Order: sequence, then structure tokens, then C-alpha cells
Amino acid sequence: MLKACSVLIIAFVILCSAFAGDRVLAADQELLGAGATFPQPLYSKMFDAYNNQYKVKVNYQGIGSGGGINQLIKKTVDFGGTDAFMTENELKEAGAQVLHIPTCLGAVVVTYNLPGNPKLNFTPDLIADIFMSKITKWGDPRIAAVNPNVKLPDLPIIVVNRADGSGTTYIFSEYLTKVSAEWKEKIGTGKSLKWPAGQIGQKGNPGVAGYVKQTPGAVGYVELLYALQNKMAFGNVKNKSGKIIEPTIKAVSAAANIRIPDDTNVSLTDTDAADGYPISSFTWLIFYKEQNYGNRNAERAEALAKMLLWMVTDGQKYVEPLQYAPLSKEAAAKSVKLIRSVTYNGKPILK
Amino acid sequence: MKKDERQSGTDRSEARFAKILAISAVLIACLLFAIALTLFIQSLPAIKTFGIGFFVGKTWDSASEQFGALPFLAGTLLTSFLALIISIPFSIAISIFLGEYFKEGAASTFLRSSVEVLAGIPSVIYGLWGLFLLMPMVRVIETKLGVPPHGVGIFTSALILAIMVIPFSASIGREVITLVPSDLKEAAYSLGATRFEVLKNIIIPYARSGIIAGILLSLGRAIGETMAVTMLIGNSNFIPTSIFSPANTMASVIANEFAEATGLVSSSLIYIALVLFLVTMLVNIIGNYVIQKISIEASKEVT
Repeated sequence: MLKACSVLIIAFVILCSAFAGDRVLAADQELLGAGATFPQPLYSKMFDAYNNQYKVKVNYQGIGSGGGINQLIKKTVDFGGTDAFMTENELKEAGAQVLHIPTCLGAVVVTYNLPGNPKLNFTPDLIADIFMSKITKWGDPRIAAVNPNVKLPDLPIIVVNRADGSGTTYIFSEYLTKVSAEWKEKIGTGKSLKWPAGQIGQKGNPGVAGYVKQTPGAVGYVELLYALQNKMAFGNVKNKSGKIIEPTIKAVSAAANIRIPDDTNVSLTDTDAADGYPISSFTWLIFYKEQNYGNRNAERAEALAKMLLWMVTDGQKYVEPLQYAPLSKEAAAKSVKLIRSVTYNGKPILK
Repeated sequence: MKKDERQSGTDRSEARFAKILAISAVLIACLLFAIALTLFIQSLPAIKTFGIGFFVGKTWDSASEQFGALPFLAGTLLTSFLALIISIPFSIAISIFLGEYFKEGAASTFLRSSVEVLAGIPSVIYGLWGLFLLMPMVRVIETKLGVPPHGVGIFTSALILAIMVIPFSASIGREVITLVPSDLKEAAYSLGATRFEVLKNIIIPYARSGIIAGILLSLGRAIGETMAVTMLIGNSNFIPTSIFSPANTMASVIANEFAEATGLVSSSLIYIALVLFLVTMLVNIIGNYVIQKISIEASKEVT
């Protein structure tokens, strides 16, 4: 009995030390990131390619934008990912200066389930009124007015929204807040909203998409990427310049063809760009400008800066094949400048 | 001499074994306490802000940071009790059938294990099945009744919950029915009672509290069920106006919103979790009390 116990204990100790040893090594080589789920497939691909080329492991966990910001502030990760620029409160909570660099663009599309799934056109106020449950029938003359060539069925509109807090909801509601005074007053912008009564909430893009696919007359909003991959019907949207824009990767990238401020804190929804799809947005990576915090060594800080630089330069070639929209030249240039401003003990890391 | 040594060795390992048992038992109790304490501490900001008014607040609005749990309380209670009402006839019928009418044989074993397997199916699978099969069926009913054909809502969730809890109450019910002493039944038969009369006058009264306990325990499961309900309830943060309206439950609002919640939102969600924890604990305690009471009654009956 005693013998068996001691053997077990020895085995346990050996196992523990083996894992501990492994852990120290891994922590040295592995950069940790967490945050937005939207760019996760792209990041996985990029980090895999980066590891093959430069032998630096990057571990990114898609836990949501809010989670990414929290983890960075708690300093448990090297960088975070977020679909919305950090709020003033969050920046204050961070304690030191946090930088944002955009890595690619995403878009939100209005998806629906109608007989034959015709391509529909939407105007901004039409989208706002549908999602405020003010237009309740597909046969409404206001929908017919912008879709003269489509025979619309007399189905009731069943609105589906995201029940979970999400960057997708944030982008969608930010757009509607800009284009509709009534939306701004009644609902506003946020990751989760107070939706009107009688609407259906579903969890995640798959939840919304699944419900729309199964319910004739349903309308919802999902990420463009998700709609493309699942071959769902989605509508064109009239932008600020009055053009009807089909949501394509090109039109989403074009949304960033505006003047971008040095900190890249710019909202692309309802963009001024003439050919831009109006419900587009950057997705950002966030990290501390001064890298000497906690017990970080200079090597780790340098590995992070190099990896980030690669993501907005060479790494961009992975963006389009995965149906994300790549950064415009100006946005990429601003990102490079921001990464070069990262310091360790006050000295720039990258020369 | 040698014999003594061995004796004391056995004693020592005996004591060690008892110690290990005691430690594990105490650890479990500590765990329960730790969970309750964590929930309480984390929900303090919300408790301070909203107090008891939290339970009657009807708004859930992250933008203006106004939180009230009434829609979720209503959603949870409505779906659980509706599920219970739907499930009771089926679970009692199954327990009587398997516990009294059809006790032996391969077919009975097969039926009994089917019920047990049903209890073990992960709830996400129930949710998916509900999404693909129940939802279109409910939509047809709703269209016929002339209510908005959402397909999801209180009614759909209650249906899936009923299916999920039937195995629990049915297997407990079967167990207590087989426990009814056969001399009691035989005495009734010898007095000329028919099978139905034995069932009505002997078996059901004898097993009543056990059946009720099974139902209470399944209520505990229905109240806490998250995944399948989240997929089928429509997640609308309003007090339901009919059994077909989309609503939300305590468990599903936590599952939906917690990942992106910060500050007061997160604390309010944990406040809901604390309430949910207490409600399920209460239901389980009552259930276990009833079970204990019947075993005492049964032993009295025998002596």
C-alpha cells in the first residue's frame, strides 16, 4: 500500500515537473492573443504561416471582443483583438497607452428568406424601419419602391437579431444610428441592444443564419463572410453617395478609401467613399505601446512587434483568399507607423 | 508478535481510508459554499445598485444600464412549469408501465434502457432536433391559430423541456413503483381487486411521494436547462404575452450575454446566476426531503 502510494507520488511529481518545464519553454516562444471571433479564421491561417516561416508560435483564442479587451487590461495576453475601438472608459482602465492597428475589414449584410431568394435593394431608412419592426410586411410599398423588378410576397416580416453581445451587432447598430435619427433615439449603438418586443434573438452568426434559412419571411443580419460561405441571400445597400452597392470584398475594402487618422480610430460605417459598402468596419489588434510591463523581457516584446508588422505587410496576402477584405494602402501605412512607435523602456523596438 | 504488527497495519490503513473519505466529503461541501460565495461577491455591485427591485424590474437595457430580472424569472417559471404539466402524464404512464405491467423480459429491458439513454443525450442535440423538427411543426400550429408564426418561443421550449425531463421523472417513478411490497398487492388481489383497482388504491398511494419527488427533481433540471432552451426560446427580453411569444430564461440570458459583458452588465448577470442557483438548490432540497420521507414511511409500513 505504502509502496504503491510512493510510486504514484513520484510519478506525479515527475509528470508535474515535465509539464512545468514544457510550460516555461512554451511561454518563452509563444505569443498569446485573445479576442474577436470574426477574424479568427484569418488569424489562425496567418499565425500558422508565420510559425512556419519564423518559428514563432502565436496562440489566439476567439473569446469575443469584450473578452480580448479584458484580457489585455488584465495583462494575461500579449495582444487582444476587437471589432470596436476601445471606449474612453476602457482606455482609462488600461492604465497605460494602448495602440490599435487594423488588420483587415469586415462587413455586415442583411440576409433574408423569401421564395426564390431575389436580390433585394435596401435604403438606410428601410433597414432601420424593418429592424425597428415598423415595416411588418414584405409587400410594403416602401420595399417595392426600391425593388421595382422584384415580385414581393405578402409574407409577414420576422426580424431576427443577435441575442449575444457581439461586434456584428455593434457595427450594424452604429450604422443605423448614423443614418436614422429615430434609431439613434430609441435603440442606439451597442454590442447588445434593447430590441423591440416580438423579435427573435438567436445566438451567434450560425444561430441567426440557421433561423433565417428555416423561416420563410425572416430577415436578419450576419457577417458578409458568413453569408458568402453559407450561400445565403443578402441585399444591396444604398450608400451615402446615393449608389446602390453590392457587398463584395472589393466594395468593403473601398469603404476605407477615406482619410484615416493617425490612431486609426475611425468608423467606416456610412462611409464617404463613393464605391464603399456602407456597413463595413475595421477589425483591430490592440497592445500596450510601452512593452516593459509585468515581467516581460525585451525578446518577447520584439517578437510581438515583428509579428504585428508582418501581419499588416507581407501577411496581408492571406486576407483575400479567405474572403476577408484587405487593408487599403493608407490604412496599412498608418499601421506600420504605429507598430514602429512601440517601445521597450522608452526606446523604439523596431529600427 | 508478527500477527500484532499486521493488525496495527490494517488499523492504520483503515484510519487512513476513513480520513480520505472524510476529506472528500468535506471538500464537496466546501465547493458548494465556495460557488455560492463567489456568486454573491461578484454580484455585489448589482445587488447594491438594484437591490430587491431587481426582481420586479422589467427592462434589460445595456445601453442605459437598467437591469431587471422579471422577464427572465417569468420565462424560466413559465417554460419549466409548462414543461412539467406536459411531461407528467407521460412520465407517470411510463413509470407504471415499466414498474408494474411490464417488468421483465428483453423488450422491457430495451424500453427501460431507451428511457435511460434519453436522459443522457446532450442538450445541444435536443436543441438542434427541436430547431429542425419542432420549430416547423409549431409554426404550422401558429399559422392555423393566427398568431405570428415565429416557430420559437415559450411553447416550443416547454415541449423540448418536457421531452428532456420525462426520462428523469419516469425512471424515479418506475423505481418507487417496483418498491411497493408485493404482499400488499397480493392481499388486495386476494380480496378480489382488479388490476386497475390495485393500481389506484395500493400502488399509486404507496408510491405517491416518490413520484412527486421525481417530478420535483425533474423540475430542477428544467429550470437550469440552458442550451436547448437558448436555441428555441427566441431570446426576447420581454415578459411573454402569450405562450407562443418569444421570451428568455435566466439560464439562457446568462449564456447569451456573459461572454461580452463587462462592469454592471456582468454583475447583473451573476446576480441572475445567484438567484438561479438558489432556486435550483431549493427545488433539489425539497425533492430530496420528500424522497427521505417516503423511505421512512416505507420502513414504518414494514414494521
